[in-house]
Amino acid sequence: MRSRAAERDDDLVIAGEHFRSRLILGTGGAPSHDILEDAVLASGTEIVTVAMRRITRSGAGSVLDVVERTGCRVLPNTAGCYTARDAVVTARLAREALETKWIKLEVIADERTLLPEPVDLLDAAEQLVEDGFVVLPYANDDPVLAHRLEDVGCAAVMPLGAPIGSGSGIRNPYNLRIILERARVPVILDAGVGTASDAAIAMELGCAGVLVASAITRAEKPVLMAEAIRKAVEAGRLAHLAGRIPQRLYAEASTAWEGIADLTAHTG
Amino acid sequence: MTVVVNGETRELRDGATVVELLSAMDLSAEARGIAVARNGGIVLRAEWVNTTLAPDDHVEVLHAVQGG
Repeated sequence: MRSRAAERDDDLVIAGEHFRSRLILGTGGAPSHDILEDAVLASGTEIVTVAMRRITRSGAGSVLDVVERTGCRVLPNTAGCYTARDAVVTARLAREALETKWIKLEVIADERTLLPEPVDLLDAAEQLVEDGFVVLPYANDDPVLAHRLEDVGCAAVMPLGAPIGSGSGIRNPYNLRIILERARVPVILDAGVGTASDAAIAMELGCAGVLVASAITRAEKPVLMAEAIRKAVEAGRLAHLAGRIPQRLYAEASTAWEGIADLTAHTG
Repeated sequence: MTVVVNGETRELRDGATVVELLSAMDLSAEARGIAVARNGGIVLRAEWVNTTLAPDDHVEVLHAVQGG
């Protein structure tokens, strides 16, 4: 059982911190804090994202209560920022409010695609690293940008599989493979996962982790989907470590040809 | 004086501090999970008590919500 023990030591390591789970849960879109909490537990995640917004008087409790009860690390994001400046200020506000130097950096270009704005993203990443943040940037699936983000000191890179909330999987697995081949920091697929198989494919390709929000929080049964995606991430990781067989056009017999019986109907 | 807090105008006494504003919003200066920006820049928690607001200041009082 030595190999099983080795698998159990297969932690996700970001900025020197170890996590047993390779699934990060985005909390946006959950129907309620109660369902969110059950989904967090079912997902097995140890990191959950939150956003910074204007305070309102509501008796709904705080998402931070869910974070606290589940024992997860909180990962604030800069969702809704269109410029490097706004993202940097938002990151500092989040650090102040939540007492964490970890930030999921998002700088988006427009509301329709929610695609990252690469120039401002890189600028903000550089400023925040300089300021002592552990920066996890939501990035395009662009190997050049991923490399630049790593060069300025990001603790991980988080390329998208497809636009946020599109649920359309990994649209460009070839780019993702190039990113994975060159990266020396964890590559975490962020955005695009629609269902369990998408998460499994990301992990099979060699991603260090997967960040999932809408696929879980907006599923008909979020808690069930959280469990499904947890298992998909685990299965995909094991398959990656196991080393898949090459894909071939033609068959490759699994049974040896040697010693095959001669069953010709010989006549004396 | 009038200041704009989270997009809405609010009346405060002249020279009111960030702590007084928070108090007017039923928020304690010790409340966790809160951050304050003034005219686009962060006001650190340690500075809340000494930071006086000026007329027409734009203040944002933020907290963590579901997102991402």
